[in-house]
Amino acid sequence: MSKKHSISAGGADTAAPAIKLTAIDKSFGTVHANQNVDLHVASGTVHGVIGENGAGKSTLVSILYGFYSADSGQIDIFGQPADIRSTADAIAAGIGMVHQHFMLVPNFTVLENIIIGHEGSGSLLDGIKAAEDKLRTIADHYGLQVDLHARVGDLPVGLQQRVEILKALYRGARILILDEPTGVLTPQEAEQLFSILDSLRVQGVTVLLITHKLREIMAVTDTVSVMRAGQMVAHLKTADTNPADLAQLMIGRPVLLSVGYTKAQTGDVVLSADRLCLHGNTAEYALRDISFDLYRREIFGIAGVSGNGQSELLDILAGIRELSAGRLKIGMTEITPQAPLSPSQIKALGVAHIPEDRHAAGLVLPFSAGESAILGYEKDIAAACRGWFLQPRTIRAHCAGLMQAFDVRPADPDLRTSLFSGGNQQKLVVAREMSSAPDILLVGQPTRGVDIGAIEFIHNQLLRLRDAGSAIILVSVELDEILNLSDRIMVVNAGRNMGIIDRSAADAQKIGLMMAGVPVDELPAACGDRP
Amino acid sequence: MSRQPVPRWIDIGLLPLVNLLAAFAVAAIIIAVIGENPLQAMGVMIKGAFVYKGALGYTLYYTTNFIFTGLAVAVAFHARLFNIGGEGQAMMGGLGAGLTVLACDQILPAGLAVMLGIFAAALFGAFWGFVPGWLQARRGSHIVITTIMFNFIAASVMVWLLAGMLMAPNQMSPETRSFAEHVSLPKIHELAAGFGFEMVRTPLNLSFVIALAACIGVWVLIWRTRLGYIIRATGHSERAAVYAGHNPAHIIMIAMAISGALAGLMALNEILGVQERVILNFTAGYGFTGIAVALMGRNHPIGIVFASLLFGALYQGGAELDFEFQTITREMVLMIQGLIILFSGALAYLFKPAVERVWFRLKQ
Repeated sequence: MSKKHSISAGGADTAAPAIKLTAIDKSFGTVHANQNVDLHVASGTVHGVIGENGAGKSTLVSILYGFYSADSGQIDIFGQPADIRSTADAIAAGIGMVHQHFMLVPNFTVLENIIIGHEGSGSLLDGIKAAEDKLRTIADHYGLQVDLHARVGDLPVGLQQRVEILKALYRGARILILDEPTGVLTPQEAEQLFSILDSLRVQGVTVLLITHKLREIMAVTDTVSVMRAGQMVAHLKTADTNPADLAQLMIGRPVLLSVGYTKAQTGDVVLSADRLCLHGNTAEYALRDISFDLYRREIFGIAGVSGNGQSELLDILAGIRELSAGRLKIGMTEITPQAPLSPSQIKALGVAHIPEDRHAAGLVLPFSAGESAILGYEKDIAAACRGWFLQPRTIRAHCAGLMQAFDVRPADPDLRTSLFSGGNQQKLVVAREMSSAPDILLVGQPTRGVDIGAIEFIHNQLLRLRDAGSAIILVSVELDEILNLSDRIMVVNAGRNMGIIDRSAADAQKIGLMMAGVPVDELPAACGDRP
Repeated sequence: MSRQPVPRWIDIGLLPLVNLLAAFAVAAIIIAVIGENPLQAMGVMIKGAFVYKGALGYTLYYTTNFIFTGLAVAVAFHARLFNIGGEGQAMMGGLGAGLTVLACDQILPAGLAVMLGIFAAALFGAFWGFVPGWLQARRGSHIVITTIMFNFIAASVMVWLLAGMLMAPNQMSPETRSFAEHVSLPKIHELAAGFGFEMVRTPLNLSFVIALAACIGVWVLIWRTRLGYIIRATGHSERAAVYAGHNPAHIIMIAMAISGALAGLMALNEILGVQERVILNFTAGYGFTGIAVALMGRNHPIGIVFASLLFGALYQGGAELDFEFQTITREMVLMIQGLIILFSGALAYLFKPAVERVWFRLKQ
């Protein structure tokens, strides 16, 4: 290691703000992503930037980290004007970034991952030894314990994130940017992350936390800036604000943070899963012995950290994947590995499906909205097709109807699907699937990447459909969403069912432990005794 | 952050034009370097392609070939399949048309024999496209590799048959006997004469009209039928197609069969329209140029007609260029064609960022 790294806090001028952005402006074509944005982040604080998807948060941090260069504006780091044209410039200026999706090589060890790009000269061994000593110092200093010789692929997600933080600190970061860091964590892992951020702050590291979750802002930040439609609309002390005010600043109008849930009288069983299994890519099971019954007029929530089998379960229920073992009964029809049904056959049983990934599966982005609005229903929607031929006028009228009923904007059936905002794309999918008045609706991540206004709308539509007599399976990694809407909640961990609990007995702590792999009957007694 | 797209006319109109101009600019420099006047050469080429007596007929005759092979590439491409086997599928189409007509031209009325020949051309071409489609769908063999292989197989089959059992008796060239008299697609000048118009004799025949009809057919198929909808959905996102309840394997096989059929129809122009017998190498690279045609025409029938017309004009005008200038040889003309393929095919999006930047600056 030829370069000398400093891990001590402070630096040139502790009075100067760690980050000072002045009048940052950035356009992509006609999209004005950042308009005259100012930001001051005091050294040694945790500063949150909150805003909806598309508000310009990612663009702003991309400019700060050197992925994009601003059209105009000034960046000062610790009081020094910084000309950041590449990520290398950003790292040199003391900025580190932990991405939403980790940039790690799974089959390298922690140590190998951290020294990528800093291997030192010729002989790898010398570099590794020096790096190891230095890393231990950093890890002790910040209380970031992790086994340096473990294979990253074997580590849980929370620890992988810790590796990312270590990597940034190793490179001499005194400013740490975290982009939506809790998306892949259990509530408990998120808590651990927050305490790490706390200790970083104590050691003088400046943290910039980018998120769309109000709870995280309230939990961990000192100050917060709110972005809306490319502009900074407020800079606040976290202690002086509250979630409702922040939400209103984010979307520009008052909003209900949770919909009015009322209990409904459930009916008979419409779907029954009996020991469903699915082989994974390796010898392990992606799903193992999942059993549950689904009743008419209920929302059955499936909670779990992303990647624990819930996506595969939805695929099985929709017929996209075939069972490896077990038995699934929809209405009177039995589905087994020997007698699988195709997605269109399952659809014919009255099952509709709002897929997790609307970009790849739920919509065809280059299609017009009208064309996307008949995807999967080309034959069924009255007169969308006459014989072999599409009927453009009917398709347009059908789409216009859906757009009106579900408040999709702009209400233009001829507009390319890709040009709608995330929330409006999702409303289009929801409209299409609900308009068939399904007996069973499979819902995957209904509000991922959707703005708050649309979330409220979609949640109300799900409750309305349930009250109209449908059974709904709701898969979501947003725990609040599950807790808000579900009548019963099943938690999955590593493809196994950790137990099903009733709405009245569920709380975030209990579900969090189950998400981390504690079966419902082994939960600590003190847990969840609240009414 | 997604970029706001530029208006469609820029993508499908202006950009190909810019590519074309770039190709011509480079060609002009080269012509200037060898000591000729580029503008004069351009004039000769345009006259050769459109103005001289019969020139237009020849241009449209070449255009016909490009329309069929361009459409073939386009249909496959809507399912995101890169069919570069147009050459082989066209050969098979010619073989199918030839075998059918040879088998029945003595016994059936001429019109019926030709109709059967057309049908057989499409069928043989479809089969030659279907098999790589099947291999892709069921065995995961990449369509690019298999269609190239199938070009070689088709070429070998043609040599084997034409130098063997199909070779006409008592002659030395690898070709079949000629079809019986009048068993061919009528020439346009013959048809015009029937209506009392006097036209120059050219090889232009009824397959040009069939090619235009195929354009309409492909447009209807892709944008106005359920099958086309599913083909496009599969092409854009296979997961969306699966989600919607369609089997991508079936769509791949169907799209490749349709693509092959269109390439096979190229044989109408050459075999049933002009040669009136099966010869070797009648495809002459049209199948490959079809890729450039489809790319330049943005996989849309209207674009393909214009791109085909351009390449048709290049073929015909290029021949004139070769004839008029001593210094400009046949190879020189091939090079100009190559430049156009390079700029509008391989480098199709080279100028896109620049054009977009200019557009947004103008708009502001």
